[in-house]
Amino acid sequence: MTWEAVIGLEVHAHLSTDTKIFCACATAFGAPPNTQVCPVCLGYPGALPVLNRRAVELAIRAALATGCTIHERSVFARKNYFYPDLPKGYQISQFDRPLATGGSIGNVRILRIHMEEDAGKSIHHGEVSHVDLNRAGTPLVEIVSEPDIRSAEEADAYVTRLRQILMYTEVCDGNMEEGSLRCDANVSVRRTGASLGTRAEIKNLNSFRYLRSAIDFEIARQIAILESGGTITQETRLYDPASGETRTMRSKEEAHDYRYFPDPDLLPLVVDRAWIDEIARSVPELPQVRAERYQRDFALSGKDAEALVTSRPLADYFEATVESSGNARGAANWVRNEVLRVLNEQKLDLAGYRVTPGKLGRLIRLIDSGAIGGKAAKEVFDDMSASGHDPEQIVERKGLGQISDPAVIREAARRVIERNAVQVEQYRAGKAQLFGFLVGQLMKETRGKANAEMANAILRELLG
Amino acid sequence: MSELLNLPWHEAKTAATARELVDASLCAIDERNPALNAFLHVARDAAGGMPVAVKDNIVTTGMPTTCASRILGSFVSPFDATAVARLRQSGCSIVGKTNLDEFAMGSSTEHSAFGTARNPWDPTRVPGGSSGGSAVAVAARMVPAALGSETGGSVRQPAALCGVVGLKPTYGRISRNGLVAFGSSVDQIGILTKTVRECAELLGVIAGPDPLDSTSSFAPVDDYAADLDAGIRGLRFGVVREAVSQLEGEVRANFDDALAVLRGAGAVIEEVSVPTIGYAIAVYYIVANAEASANLSRFDGIRYGHRSARAKTIREVYFESRGEGFGDEVKRRIMLGTFALSSGYYDAYYGRAQAVRARLRADFDAAFARFDYLLTPTTPEAAFAIGAKTDDPLAMYLSDIFTAPANLVGIPAIAVPSGFWRGKLPLSLQIMGPRFSERALFRAASAFERETGYWRELPPVCT
Repeated sequence: MTWEAVIGLEVHAHLSTDTKIFCACATAFGAPPNTQVCPVCLGYPGALPVLNRRAVELAIRAALATGCTIHERSVFARKNYFYPDLPKGYQISQFDRPLATGGSIGNVRILRIHMEEDAGKSIHHGEVSHVDLNRAGTPLVEIVSEPDIRSAEEADAYVTRLRQILMYTEVCDGNMEEGSLRCDANVSVRRTGASLGTRAEIKNLNSFRYLRSAIDFEIARQIAILESGGTITQETRLYDPASGETRTMRSKEEAHDYRYFPDPDLLPLVVDRAWIDEIARSVPELPQVRAERYQRDFALSGKDAEALVTSRPLADYFEATVESSGNARGAANWVRNEVLRVLNEQKLDLAGYRVTPGKLGRLIRLIDSGAIGGKAAKEVFDDMSASGHDPEQIVERKGLGQISDPAVIREAARRVIERNAVQVEQYRAGKAQLFGFLVGQLMKETRGKANAEMANAILRELLG
Repeated sequence: MSELLNLPWHEAKTAATARELVDASLCAIDERNPALNAFLHVARDAAGGMPVAVKDNIVTTGMPTTCASRILGSFVSPFDATAVARLRQSGCSIVGKTNLDEFAMGSSTEHSAFGTARNPWDPTRVPGGSSGGSAVAVAARMVPAALGSETGGSVRQPAALCGVVGLKPTYGRISRNGLVAFGSSVDQIGILTKTVRECAELLGVIAGPDPLDSTSSFAPVDDYAADLDAGIRGLRFGVVREAVSQLEGEVRANFDDALAVLRGAGAVIEEVSVPTIGYAIAVYYIVANAEASANLSRFDGIRYGHRSARAKTIREVYFESRGEGFGDEVKRRIMLGTFALSSGYYDAYYGRAQAVRARLRADFDAAFARFDYLLTPTTPEAAFAIGAKTDDPLAMYLSDIFTAPANLVGIPAIAVPSGFWRGKLPLSLQIMGPRFSERALFRAASAFERETGYWRELPPVCT
């Protein structure tokens, strides 16, 4: 009997609001410590939370985009524990009455989505610790999956798709380095088909690499324990990126009793159907649906389509290029190969990229009309990326225009045949390899600008 | 000059300038406060205006807010409570912060970290609490009005024991922004004055919705003084049978006299049953303490207030700072509340208490379907001696037996002086009304006040 891993994920995503969930402080990342704070998020005596409507809107959007049922009435509760970066001594979170339940991403079911406030940050320097409360009160959604994931790869795929959806819907900026998206994993193993094993919760998985590495380590650790006759203890473990290992953070006995109870400072959150419907209309086409449309309408391969929908700006860029070029396949090739290559090499993002979809479309039209050849097109594209100039301008400046007038090429071909009578004779006598020489002469005659395809065809025709 | 403070507000306003009023108040405080300990801070630089004292668990800029606790150290709030801001905007001047039981937890002011306040009618007795300092400040005519706060009777009970008017408005009527939280679902700022009219006028100033408090109500602010002279002929008063059946002696006689006064003014009075009212104290101490256990977590020695000099580790910062900073009664309530919310006990305590609270609300709704008002004495007895109950917390908790139900149900209630026990210690009548019936409450209280006139009696320190 082989081992099977059973994994459920809790993803915490910062909502992209300008202000915090219960006060008007800014949420921008990277400000000097403790500069985006007020009596409410500092937990000053007498200060009260007031819910940010925009945060609710984004949370509902996330719930709609993952197919969850939104509850018209949900309740904020206090989760009580002491920590220096938790100013009130309790976190306001939703507990037994979450905003939404019961969605899915692919074949991973989503148990619930609830709203809560983030804590601040503790920064430890040896013996001394500092607290930065800029992040305290940043709105979060916690998205909890059912234990439907079976491997590190599936976990990676699930978070990738979830992240794409959150970024598409502009619910979350998806920035894992800045902590906008964080992940905890519940991992257990069992003999295939057996009932669920004891799980460990792993915290601090703030990159895809850590997520995979922690899950792989944890699965191997648990299997090794069970195979040597041991038992798994239910506990919270911390992933250490330096060693790639997980280690005990606190045991079940040390687990907090959070003493949840409804927060009397906040009324139950009531969202009416009309508002949910209005938010539903603002949910954009999601990546999966978009990729399917590309395959259907543009006859793209599944692989191309997937690659083009990885981010909403990229997909938007692609579609604008299809529009301006009138050539979906061409647009797909240029965006997937050339545009992504340049962005990658130059560490740019699409927002600041000089080759707008309009310009790229015109370049593709120049190719499709035969005005320039493939090799010249690459040169023009690189120039566009660097200079931002129009493609026509570059073709003109560099003299890269192609001769696609059959009459002009035919005239030049005649001259080449006249001038190279000997070789023509030998070719006609069966020395087929001389065709290449004659094409070369024709290109030389047109100073390299003849449309290569046409040059071939016309020369072949004239040679009989 | 301090005779100015014996006048009702609307008369004092025309009799003197704003500066003279504040000077009269500061002068009276200097003269009478040393014996009574009503003020924890006096704003000697107070601007001219109608002088108002503010209970020291309501935050104010420019002066400390201590909650009568050592844990706040020298804390000064960076913002004014909404009620305080509205007072200032309407021309009132905050002349000082008044003494209270630490974090409003108590019924005598004896749990203040800065010494008990004393009853101006008999300084060997408590003034009640937790808004004892505010009640003393008004009763001893140091200010015409004071803000207090209620969780289970903390305005009405000291108002009763000191012989002044005390209002606990409908939950949500006055913003809680800036009121240091004790039991958030029951807390409400209240008003203490000499007369019903002053109370009604002040409520008009500070009531109303506040974008900084989600639980503040959008119900329109009434003209609270409009019906003060309308009388009570034909209005229906229900006497809560369960509350008064065990009254004895002078308290009983005083209550019966009050009923006779109301009847004489044309009121219709009958008995009514509120079957669950006997559970109110038990429910109250579970709900309020559970909420308090979370509300007081923010006093952790990290960002403001007292941090123990002995603390070396984070655990010690919490344990030592809170251990040194909180008094025994506060610790007792944090522990009770923490227990009531603990895993395995939640359903039996907090969950059950909330269920009983819903029943209590339904009982009150049924009573108000038949009556315009409900009546009880405000307290089961007159002011008790200092020290009489400090060793018996349960006896102390029973001081709130008639007042706590209104907090749990969220309805308004007013305490009006109803005479004197043995001719020297004030007693008080409590009138309760349905939610947002403050205007009608003032109407009834004013009729009773007009018939009796006890507010004109001054305690010995003022004569």
